[in-house]
Amino acid sequence: MSVLLIAEHNNKELRPFTLNAATAASQIDTDVHAVIIGHECGEAAKALSELELIKKVIQVEAPHYENFVAENFAPVIVKLSENYSHIISSANTFGKNLMPRIAAALDTSQISDITKVVSNDTFLRPIYAGNAFATVKSKDNKKCVTIRPTSFDPCESSGGSAPIEKAEAGEEFVQTKFIKREEIKSDRPELGTARVVVSGGRGMQSGDNFKLITSLADKLNAAIGASRAAVDAGYISNDHQVGQTGKVVVPDLYIAVGISGAIQHLAGMKESKVIVAINKDGEAPIFSVADYGLEADLFEALPQFLEELNKLNTIQK
Amino acid sequence: MKILVAVKRVIDYNVQIRVKEDNTGVVTDNVKMSTNPPDDNAIEEAVKIKEAGKATEVIAVSIGEEKAQETVRKALAVGADRGILVKTEGILEPLAVSKLLQKIVEKEKPDLVFMGKQAIDDDCNQTGQMLSALLNWPQATFASKIEIKDKSLEVTREIDEGLETIEINVPAIVTCDLRLNEPRYASLPNIMKAKKKPIEQINASDLGVDTTPRIEQTKVEEPPKRKAGIKVSSVAELVQKLKNEAKVI
Repeated sequence: MSVLLIAEHNNKELRPFTLNAATAASQIDTDVHAVIIGHECGEAAKALSELELIKKVIQVEAPHYENFVAENFAPVIVKLSENYSHIISSANTFGKNLMPRIAAALDTSQISDITKVVSNDTFLRPIYAGNAFATVKSKDNKKCVTIRPTSFDPCESSGGSAPIEKAEAGEEFVQTKFIKREEIKSDRPELGTARVVVSGGRGMQSGDNFKLITSLADKLNAAIGASRAAVDAGYISNDHQVGQTGKVVVPDLYIAVGISGAIQHLAGMKESKVIVAINKDGEAPIFSVADYGLEADLFEALPQFLEELNKLNTIQK
Repeated sequence: MKILVAVKRVIDYNVQIRVKEDNTGVVTDNVKMSTNPPDDNAIEEAVKIKEAGKATEVIAVSIGEEKAQETVRKALAVGADRGILVKTEGILEPLAVSKLLQKIVEKEKPDLVFMGKQAIDDDCNQTGQMLSALLNWPQATFASKIEIKDKSLEVTREIDEGLETIEINVPAIVTCDLRLNEPRYASLPNIMKAKKKPIEQINASDLGVDTTPRIEQTKVEEPPKRKAGIKVSSVAELVQKLKNEAKVI
């Protein structure tokens, strides 16, 4: 049977992790259909139909789908599910909020945050903040799976020409009302997909000092990350948090500044290709995962870092 | 308003996890256990709401082996009024937990159910959403701020793009983020008082729920180890290594 992918979008564009989820879905079964639920989301549906791995798009529209309320989305997918063996979405806040509501309605034990498809019923997933990996085999007839987007490459965004079918909208769930969304707009690369991430921790000592991180990130065309301690202290907003309960990032270069390296933070970044740690405490656990460690006062090291970068003829973007 | 708070006993967040040599799981013998951290935030929030005069009773419920009673007792020591322990043996998946919680909700008829957004052992992030699906109640996941209104809650949720605010009518489920509040410590007098608070024990088998696992855990392994790195002595050396050795800038 086919696999149903739940597209994530903002009614205009697909959110990028939909492409990673499409790759994961295609490793389970090549007949991947995608459902897009939204309000006036025709453009995003068209983009979805052009993904090379998608064989069919199902578009469901109604005003009450504008803000992605899980209570409205879940019944739509439950209704479509009878034709599918697997329901797939990303394990980001969109999929984490939605998928268990679908799984419970289908009486299926969900498998969360997989990093590898072993076979169509067996998956690899991290547990204990990535300090162990479990191979799990689902015995349910219908499988609900969320995928860790950074563990799968995005599929090609062109080359497909899947037919778009419209399906009927469901009723509105009136007990939940969307009020507002405060998105932090930025010209920087997205944290989840950036090639370089510069992160600050409690060692930054203030929100104002984060401008040192910003300058370095500007120079490297990097996204800005943070430890939970820095977010809790109010130095920077929650959407920057990297770790077990924040975002998982796998950049080519991760620069951890003033971050001690609690296991909960390491869970979100230790798969990065190259890790740099700058910390004045030589015993800090972050050094145990760093490829290059610099034991130094960050308030001296960061301005020097900028100076050294200015001396280079070229910097990769 | 009556608030039910679900708390889970997990390996303490400071413990370095070790995988068993036979790859059947992680070592839990003689390992420090604690309340799942965001469940502490859930209890704290419920107690604060009661202290503000907006709730009449806070009930802490845990599901697990006999020792999970300690987790319930800790919730009582920070202000929950009474406890429930649903006794089970073996592995419980979030689906089974949410079905057992559904039975407790049907019995206790709370207006609100709070719990942590995720357990730090299995990292599933499912139970609250599943329970709200089973009850067909509204859900507010990843809550970092809760405002109690007359017959509803206004909840600020932490999402990947920033913050989202929703209003949900009671009865409702809220899963709590670590940033919701600062959980208090239990004082010695309150720990003593908690010993006198009632904990009702219920056998899961008496609740008529099939808790048989649907997922077989075939193997648990250590994550691949990173190769040891080097310490550099200056920023200039660091930049040279990044440019010429790692070739990432």
